[in-house]
Order: sequence, then C-alpha cells, then structure tokens
Amino acid sequence: MKKNLLIFSLCLISQVVGAQNIHFLVPGGAGGGWDSTARGTGLVLREAGLIESASFENISGAGGGKAIGTLIEMAGHRTDTLMINSTPIIVRSVTHLFPFSFHDLTPISRIVGDFQVLLVRGDSPIRDFNDVLALFRQNPRNVKIAGGSVRGDLDHLSAALAFRAAGEDPRLLAYVPYDAGGKALAGFLTGEGDVLSTGLGEVLEYHRSGRLRIIAISSPERIAIAPSVPTYRELGIDFEFVNWRGFFAAPGIPDDVAEQYSAILEQMLETPEWEALRSRNGWQNLFLDRHEFVLFLEQQEQEVSSLLIELGFLRAGQE
Amino acid sequence: MWDGIATGISTVLIPTNLLLVACGCIAGTFIGMLPGLGPISAIALMIPITYGFDPASGMILMAGVYYGAIFGGSTSSILVNAPGVAGTVATSFDGYPMAQQGKAGKALAIAAVASFAGGTIAAVMLMLAAPALARVSLSFQSPDYLMLMILGLTAVSAFASRGNIVQALIATIIGLMLSTVGTDPSAGIQRFTFGSLDLVDGISFLLLAMATFALSEALMSVLKGELQPGSKARTSNDQIGSLRIEKSEAREMVPVVARSSVLGFFVGVLPGAGATVASFLAYGMERALAPIQEKLRFGKGSVRGLTAPETANNAACTGSFVPLLTLGIPGSGTTAVMLGALISYGVQPGPQLYQNNPEVFWSVIISMYIGNVILLILNLPLIPYIARLLALPRQLLIPLILFFSLIGVYLVSFNTFDIYMMTAFAIAAIFLRLFGYPMAPLILGFILGGMMEDNLQRTMTLYDGSLSFLWERPVSLGITVLLVLVVLTPVVRTIRDSRRQG
Repeated sequence: MKKNLLIFSLCLISQVVGAQNIHFLVPGGAGGGWDSTARGTGLVLREAGLIESASFENISGAGGGKAIGTLIEMAGHRTDTLMINSTPIIVRSVTHLFPFSFHDLTPISRIVGDFQVLLVRGDSPIRDFNDVLALFRQNPRNVKIAGGSVRGDLDHLSAALAFRAAGEDPRLLAYVPYDAGGKALAGFLTGEGDVLSTGLGEVLEYHRSGRLRIIAISSPERIAIAPSVPTYRELGIDFEFVNWRGFFAAPGIPDDVAEQYSAILEQMLETPEWEALRSRNGWQNLFLDRHEFVLFLEQQEQEVSSLLIELGFLRAGQE
Repeated sequence: MWDGIATGISTVLIPTNLLLVACGCIAGTFIGMLPGLGPISAIALMIPITYGFDPASGMILMAGVYYGAIFGGSTSSILVNAPGVAGTVATSFDGYPMAQQGKAGKALAIAAVASFAGGTIAAVMLMLAAPALARVSLSFQSPDYLMLMILGLTAVSAFASRGNIVQALIATIIGLMLSTVGTDPSAGIQRFTFGSLDLVDGISFLLLAMATFALSEALMSVLKGELQPGSKARTSNDQIGSLRIEKSEAREMVPVVARSSVLGFFVGVLPGAGATVASFLAYGMERALAPIQEKLRFGKGSVRGLTAPETANNAACTGSFVPLLTLGIPGSGTTAVMLGALISYGVQPGPQLYQNNPEVFWSVIISMYIGNVILLILNLPLIPYIARLLALPRQLLIPLILFFSLIGVYLVSFNTFDIYMMTAFAIAAIFLRLFGYPMAPLILGFILGGMMEDNLQRTMTLYDGSLSFLWERPVSLGITVLLVLVVLTPVVRTIRDSRRQG
C-alpha cells in the first residue's frame, strides 16, 4: 500500500517533470539480447502510456565500450538517454578492458536477469554437482567445462566462482570456450565437454525435453519454471549469481530525474504488456531500484575482481 | 511429411504471405547489393517491421530477405570486387576477372543461375530430410572442424600456381596473423591491441575485405593510369550487358552445380562451418577435380570457379536452417538473429518446434522454393542494367567505389578509427600487390584463421594437448586423408612429369 502510494506520488511528479521521450542506447547490434530488452522496454513504456515516445540507437564496438564512452560524453547536456547494459560491464571494467566502469555512470535500475546453470547431457553418469566435484578432486582434467564466452568472461567466471565457493582451486578448471551460447550448446550436444556452463534461458527447453539435465542453478532459491533444479545453496555451497540487465543514465544527471526513471521502470514491470514480453523471452523480473542497484553492483564487482585476481587475470593491488 | 508440406503450401500461398516473400526478396537483394550491408543487417532491419506478425509470416519475410541478400551480395563481388559478406569472397575470385574481361552480364547470369540451382536443390534436401539431418548437424566436433578449415585453406593453391607460390603463402600467413588481433578466447587476454579499445573485438572482416579488395583495386586502377581521358573502355556496352551463357559453358556448369550444392548443403548443416567455409571448399574441390588446362583458368575468370562457390554458398544458407529449425541452435550470425526473432514471436525454438509449430517449419521450407523462383525472375531482367554500372566512366566509377566502401564500413561501426585503419590496410595492400602478392590468400587466411584457432584451442583442451584426435575420430581421419591427397597429388604428378621429360 505504501509502495503504491509512493508510485502514485511519483506519477504525479512525472506528470510535472514530464518524461516525454526516452532515448535508448544499445551497446551492441540489432537483434541481440541487449537490443531486444531495450526495444521491448521502450515499446512497453509507450504502450502503457508511461512515456510519450521512445527512440533507439545501436552503438556497437569494443564489447560495449563505445556506447559507454558515448554516454559519458553526454554528461551535463543530455538527461533523456538510458543505456542498457549487463554483467559484462563489471567484468570488463574490472579487467581494465574498459577505461571506465559503472562508477562513471548513473545506475538507474536492474530490471531483468537470468541465472547461470551447470548442466550435463541426459545420459551422463553425473547425477549432481557433488559428482562433478568428486571427479574434479580425482583429477581436475576429468571435468571439461564448456561455455559460450571467452575465458575470464561470464560462463567461465560463474563456473569458476561456484568451484571456488565449494573450496576448489578455480585455476585448475579445464574450460572449453565457444564464441556464443548457441555454439557452446551445439558443441555440447555433439558430446564435447562434460559439463556446460550457460544461462538458464538458453537451455530450458533442452532440460524439459530430457536431452540435457540441469544439475545446479545460481539462484537464491528454486525457481518456478524449473522447480526440480537444486540451487547451490541446497548443496551447501555459498554461491549465488545473477546475470542481470539494467539501465544506466549519463553521469551527473539530477537526482530527481534519476529517481523518476527508476520509478517509471518499476511501474512498467507491473503492466500486462511487460508480463507478456517477459514470459515470451523467459526473463526473470529482478527489479532493484537505483540505490539497491548500486549496492548490488558494488558487491558483484568485489566478487568478480577477487576471483580474477585469484585466476591470475589481475595482480592484487592493480585494481 | 505430406501433411506438413500441405500445411506449408497452404500457409505460403495466402496472398499476404506471397507478397511478403516477394517484398523480402526484393528488399534483401537491394540491401545485399550495397557493399557493407549483408544478410545480418538486412534481417535486423526487418525485425521491428515484423513485430505483431504471426510467426510463420514473420519467418517467411525474413527468410525471403535472407536469400535476397545472399543473391544480391554476389553482385558487388563480381562487379567491383567488393565482397560485403564473407560468403561471397570466393565468388569474387573468378567473378571479378570475368567482369574485367567485359563479360559482367554473363558472370552475373551464371551467379544467378548457380544461386537458384543451389538454393532449390538444397531446399529439396531440406524438405526430404530435415528432421533426420539434425543428427548430421551434431556429427562434427572441434577437431573435425579444425581439419575441415585446414582443407578449406588449400583453396589458396589456386593463387599459388602462377609462379608466385612463395608470395601466396606469405599472403596467407599475413592473413592468419591478422586474425589473431583481439581477445584470445582460451586465455581471455588481449593480443596486439596496443591498449586500444578499437581493436578489442579484432579486425572486422568487412573492413579488411573492403580495404584489400575494393579500395586497393580502385586505387590500383588510378595508379595504372586508367583515369586518363585517353584510355578507352575495353569492351562495348552490349557485351557487358549480355546474359548469354554458351551451351558448352552450361554443360560445364551442370556437374559443378550438382556437386557443389550437395557439398554446400551439408557444410551448411554443420553449425560450426557455414556458407563461407562451404564456398571455399567447393572452390577448392572443383579446382582439384578440373582437368589441367581448366585448372590454370581458376582465378582468371573460370566458369567453374564462379559456379562452385555461388552454388555452395546458397545451398549452405538453406542448410543452416537445419540446426535452427530442428535443434534451435543458430549456426551463423544471421540465423542467430532469426532465432531471436522467433523467440520474440512467442515461438519456442528447439527440438520441439517441428511438432509444436509445424506451420512455421514447413512454411519456411516452402517459401524457399518460391523465394528462389522470385529471385531468378526478378534478377535476370535486371542484370543488363546492373552490369552496365561498369560502363560508367572510370572517373565516376572509381570515386563511387571508394565512397561506398568507406561508407559501408563506417555505417556498421560508426567509428572513425575504422576509416583510418581501412585506409592503412588499403595502402599496405597496394604495396603488396605491386610486389606480386595476391590478396585472395590473405583474406582466406584471415577468415579461416579465427575459426581454425578457436577449434584448435578447444581441441587441445579437450584432448589434454594430445594429437590423438587425428586417428581416434573417424571424421578427422577422413578429412586428414583427403587433405594429404589434395596436397600430395599435384606434387607427385609434377615429379612424375619431370621424370618422364628428363
């Protein structure tokens, strides 16, 4: 009730301040995950009457770095632009691939996310994550982990974090990189690798058909669309991970404007239009408002950088 | 299956859907003709338009755009040596020399007929065997792909047989080296990026192809003094636009089309290979099978050399629908975009698509036939006009080529750094060409190099650094034997010939 009241009052503010148009900046090409989320958000906002119009711009290059640079250049003169980004912004700034990080932007809110899973083929003798750990302890080369990103990026990191949380040395992980989630899935289906590390959304259909079997998910508790899959926590391993998507505005935009964007996005998640889009794409609503979002980002940055130091990607103190 | 085909036919023959195929093909052809805009950009442009369509109609439109863009893509390769997509690089090997000899119309006609035949034969195979082919998609592992790419690299020999073997090999190695710029996949570190964000994703194919092919070609003709008002056009207008394919040439094309479409289709079915590898393999295969005299014409305007890659790349594009529709796995960037579109229509791609949404599955297949026919009907009458582009005065044509190549690259990245890099590569390419280094092996090495390295690194991790895959995996073993035959046969023949003479 209190929340509704808050939203109501923010609605009034938005009437006064007026979010007429939002310009969405997509750091990658058309048709990708960032693109579909940003365009979906813009369309739903407009259909629901929360804004008057939405425009979109794709700036690809440097793994998203070009778009971040563009947004930073907007500081001080444009407040109508929201950039979508996701977990890689953390990884790539921690590894100094980007000369900037989320600290240089104004985080608005986290909206959706996907959990990372580990899975095996349907006929695999591996039953659960403990079996994987047992094999790994015999000889780390017994467990080849396939994933759809380069070493040191999402699929590798999430698997390495899980192994570290289970008390193993993440440096010994035999990781087999593919250049996209789909390629990794294809390779895994041919029989390459023993365990696949990827996002839940990419493999849910395969899990349902029984061809592949998810053995662990990085969510805090079991989730409704895959109720049979145990979390790491249930196995006694202190590990959670969200591959999130969220929005950022240019650095230094006024607090009330940022607050207003965050409120509009929160309202959007309640609309039936959004629900239709979300369920079609298999996204999980994982909203965090802008204050919670900053805390979350700081925590993820901590985890990722400590792991990367351990993996030898970064020297301690280089951070 | 017959039920499915009937469903497909009845879905596609709805007037709106027929219109969508036609519009898709036309839009695709024109987008594909522009250097720099390939099937991925063409399809991505269509996505916002198809919101709200039913899934079958949306897929029909996009499939139409896809074949259209591939059809159109060969045009810029043949006319101005500007392959905008990796799949049409091999088309330029013989298509461009043919156009230079004043036979642009013929080259375009051969490409159109070969594309039509490749696309149609592949569509028949797809229809008859798609569900069974899912197994073929999953039969190749990283070591097999590695050997397949190495086999594809032997197409270099077409450019090495003119007395400049060393130059061709050096050019190949430069290409392989350029492919290592960017993020190393298995170590995750940056290589040769000099701390620059612009090089983190590596050098883009489009940039390198435009710089080494289109830009350097245009600048070379400036150097050769073709811009002088006194230099006359080599051939008359009528000949440039003529579509006439001689009977003997048609007879030559038939077996090439048959072989290349089967090869192309199966390579396309493999999610880790695709149209580019298919076109190189078909080119290499036809050269290896050709009689000695014909062999020498490869790279200089051979009918076979043009037919093979054009047929194979179209067949492979059709083949790439197998993993998409039967497994929900995208085999290429283009099918990945289509997969995203399918999801946004609310269709769950994956092994169940065939059962759950038969109308999507079958109508895409049926629309391929119609699309191919429409493309042929649409393109043949246009060829004389398109070919006449070459009849433009050089003073006009060359600046146009320079302009479109640069704009094409810039529009993809919106990054001025790319323009500088492109100019630098074009200048380097001119020097290399002046010293007799062919550019085709360089681009071949560049394209295959990245894929070879990915597969090699995976193989090494999977086999713990051992080479045992060479004899443990039957597919790898088979390709290796083929590779040895392809490399050694000419050597043995040369030795035998020289003994006989000596």
